Amino acid sequence: MGNVIGIGAAPKRKEDQRFLTGRGNYVSDIKRPGMTAGVFVRSPHGHAVLRGIDKSAALASPGVIAVLTGDDVKADGLGSLPCGWGISDAKGVPMKEPPFPMLAQGKVRFVGDMVAFVIAETPEQANAGAELLKVDYEVLPSVVGVLEAVRPDAPQLFDDVPNNICCDWELGDKAAVETAFRKAAHVAKLSLVNNRLIGNPMEPRAAIAEYEPGTDRFTLWTTSQFPHVVRFLMGALVLNIPQHKLRVVAPDVGGGFGVKQFHYGEEAVITWAAKRVKRPVKWVASRSEGYVSDRHGRDHVTEAELALDENGKFLAFRVNTLANMGGYLSTFGPNIPTNLYGPLLGGVYTTPAIYCNVKVVFTNTVPVDAYRGAGRPEATFVLERIVDVAASEMGIDRVEIRRRNMIPKEAYPYQTPVLVQYDSGDPMGCLDGALVAADVKNFGVRKAASASKGKFRGLGYSTYVEACGLAPSRFAGRLGARGGLYESATVRVHPTGQVTVMIGTHNHGQGHETTFAQIVSDKLGVAFENVDIVFGDTDRVQFGMGTYGSRSLVVGGAALSKATDKVIAKGKKIASHLLEAAEVDIQFESGKFSVAGTDRMKTFEEIAGAAYVPHNYPLEVLEPGLEEQAYYDPVNFTYPGGCHIAEVEVDPETGTVTLVNYTAVDDVGTVINPMIVEGQLHGGIVQGVGQALFENAVYDEGSGQLLSGSLMDYCMPRADHLPMMKVATHSTLCTHTPMGVKGCGEVGTIGSPAAVINAVVDALSHLGVTHVDMPATPNRIWRLLQNASLPVAAE
Amino acid sequence: MQISFTLNGRPTTVDVEPATLVAELLREQLNLTGTHIGCDTSQCGACVVHLDGLPVKSCTLLAPALAGATLLTIEGLQGAPGSNQMHPMQEAFREHHGLQCGFCTPGMLMTAVALATEKPDLTEADVRHGLEGNICRCTGYQNIVVSVMAGAAAMNAAKNAGNGE
Repeated sequence: MGNVIGIGAAPKRKEDQRFLTGRGNYVSDIKRPGMTAGVFVRSPHGHAVLRGIDKSAALASPGVIAVLTGDDVKADGLGSLPCGWGISDAKGVPMKEPPFPMLAQGKVRFVGDMVAFVIAETPEQANAGAELLKVDYEVLPSVVGVLEAVRPDAPQLFDDVPNNICCDWELGDKAAVETAFRKAAHVAKLSLVNNRLIGNPMEPRAAIAEYEPGTDRFTLWTTSQFPHVVRFLMGALVLNIPQHKLRVVAPDVGGGFGVKQFHYGEEAVITWAAKRVKRPVKWVASRSEGYVSDRHGRDHVTEAELALDENGKFLAFRVNTLANMGGYLSTFGPNIPTNLYGPLLGGVYTTPAIYCNVKVVFTNTVPVDAYRGAGRPEATFVLERIVDVAASEMGIDRVEIRRRNMIPKEAYPYQTPVLVQYDSGDPMGCLDGALVAADVKNFGVRKAASASKGKFRGLGYSTYVEACGLAPSRFAGRLGARGGLYESATVRVHPTGQVTVMIGTHNHGQGHETTFAQIVSDKLGVAFENVDIVFGDTDRVQFGMGTYGSRSLVVGGAALSKATDKVIAKGKKIASHLLEAAEVDIQFESGKFSVAGTDRMKTFEEIAGAAYVPHNYPLEVLEPGLEEQAYYDPVNFTYPGGCHIAEVEVDPETGTVTLVNYTAVDDVGTVINPMIVEGQLHGGIVQGVGQALFENAVYDEGSGQLLSGSLMDYCMPRADHLPMMKVATHSTLCTHTPMGVKGCGEVGTIGSPAAVINAVVDALSHLGVTHVDMPATPNRIWRLLQNASLPVAAE
Repeated sequence: MQISFTLNGRPTTVDVEPATLVAELLREQLNLTGTHIGCDTSQCGACVVHLDGLPVKSCTLLAPALAGATLLTIEGLQGAPGSNQMHPMQEAFREHHGLQCGFCTPGMLMTAVALATEKPDLTEADVRHGLEGNICRCTGYQNIVVSVMAGAAAMNAAKNAGNGE
């Protein structure tokens, strides 16, 4: 008999045993009888007319079974890859939405665009066949940067999308902002780039599809964060497979970070191909293939202006951004730099007027979509950078200017001028906690010590808020979502009292098997070890929207909480019958149903057993069984946030920036498992540090070649890039989720880039440096120092 | 060609194309899928195994190199023989939340065991430097570093206890 392990405890993870012993079950581990191997032939050009494909040599290659191209897709009448969001401009004109064929038709629009799929007996034979495919391209000039793409003479990707602008989106009161700017005592201005990133989950994407002619059913195993959504988008909108004839399984998935929350063309091609060749087909991406096909993140160019009064109070904030969409619209693409960006520009401040214009732009690059944080890191970076610029220009301390503008704890719920209403928060409390934890008062001593070694030390702040727990469907629908964003959970109590939960979120590192089991253990009083969580299989789990946007605990956990409440309610009915007492007199506490004011009781196990042995049941009012399901749709986003403080040391000889201290105090609401929350914060912070210091996806203008196309060229954070971070929580409870949770998956990535760059600028401010674009690589910093032709510190 | 070697303590003979990489041999032919392939440039370290006691990236090693050698993969990593327990390093990763999605974990563990074997009194800097060839995207490395240091201490303690008997 195990123990109840409830909310707030930190049990070791249930999922660890299989991963520690090499017994995980990832897609690439799966083998099916008669399995074939597929490889994709991808465009080597950024932009080209596809004049023709000669399959003959490839088809004649040993072991090759089939070669499929865009013409075959067209002949079969299949759909194009759908976009899940439809945004509009200020006049209500819908975004330009050109088709995104699963295999290119007529033109290729980025290096990596899929041209053909070659299926063979072995991966080696498929690769050999792919080498022999003759593709006739008429190469066109490519355009990869947003500034270049909107020029009148830029290459145009789609005939009906002039200037490559997909949508000219805006938010906020433009006139009110202009009025405020006219009255301002000071206007701070900042131009910046939010660098393009590649998500790099450690498991490359992979898929296997199988068709069973006897039942006319398809099964797709895929590295996905949301198998039910793949089933819907691919089955209903691309391949015309009825939902009940399509099973999508996402087993163990080796990290997602957003990269695996889209419906990819590879999934559709493989599923379609499995029926055509009448055998299972497997595809596993190489890392380099992932670089030119996994959806990228960020990639903004922004001009921002902050109007302040003479005391440093923010009067208005104006932001103009060009956001790169890449060559086509991916599943959430246009939503990220608009709805998940503009509404966050208020930050934790009382800025009364905000206006944001975002031009969403097509370029000859991999489609851009959500990557951990998705829109919110970009908003936080703009805001937290310009706050520092304003403070410096006005001679106000950076902490002081933040305090003067922060929303006080007692002002919540707080309605921002950009749609969202924060339900709860205490940014000042997070700031105060972080100042102590980071030992800011002794920073001067540390700075002097660095200076004595010839190093420049800097401190950077980021006080931020984000919106997550995606999402209230009603709100999302108004913004252009084409689906709902609720979550579902089923709690199945077995006759012996053990519990299996079926939930629509997907666990790919977040520890759901543990956290969700704690919720059930806590609420039902059953032993932690007697609860298992099932996810990632559309045949086993009723429905779900998956895991992204820090939504799993917030939305999925709420559905689970509701379903357990229903189990308790049903259990009370059973207890009422068994104990011959009125239902209203039955109490449930610590796993026991009792009659109020008496010692008559039944254990949870007894009730579970009785539920399945309905002798003498009043069947007209009480059904046998103990299994309940709930759907939960949140009424608002949740708003985690906090204060991050980065401390860096810059070596002026080499330009190397070393992160020497990092402190985060975050408000994530109720903490179910503090060990897991800390792990999420660590990982999130380092992904943000990666953006700030190391990572950059670089394209060559003109050719459209991805220059950072492998792990040799794209710098991922490594263990020796990092100090031991200090993370802590300072929680206020969410007022509208059942358990008060706010979500913690993305906060680290959202808060950290601004903290790090603010620290780098602080370290170099005595040299007149006012801004550094990301990533702050040694090359970039060294050049900055050389161009400033400033004296390098003495040896 | 036929190659004989010792795999996780058992004599093994395989018939393999000479151009086969050890990672592929393990995963495709021997169904030992705990060794993962995370990149194509020998950068990520998800495929680390022990060849004659030393950590190597099995994605960059051709199968013929196994002839006569002793190979240990994640599936063979275990606690004291007969104890039916996990290796102290595996226990330390669980205890200190040194893994999230689990994909880099087998390679991390194999590297960590090798580091701790080579230098019993590992410092934090040793661990961070020693893990340079293993990439993790989930954990920010912090809990991995803590886990490796704890695992190394546990290995030491076990060794010393063994010596004392």
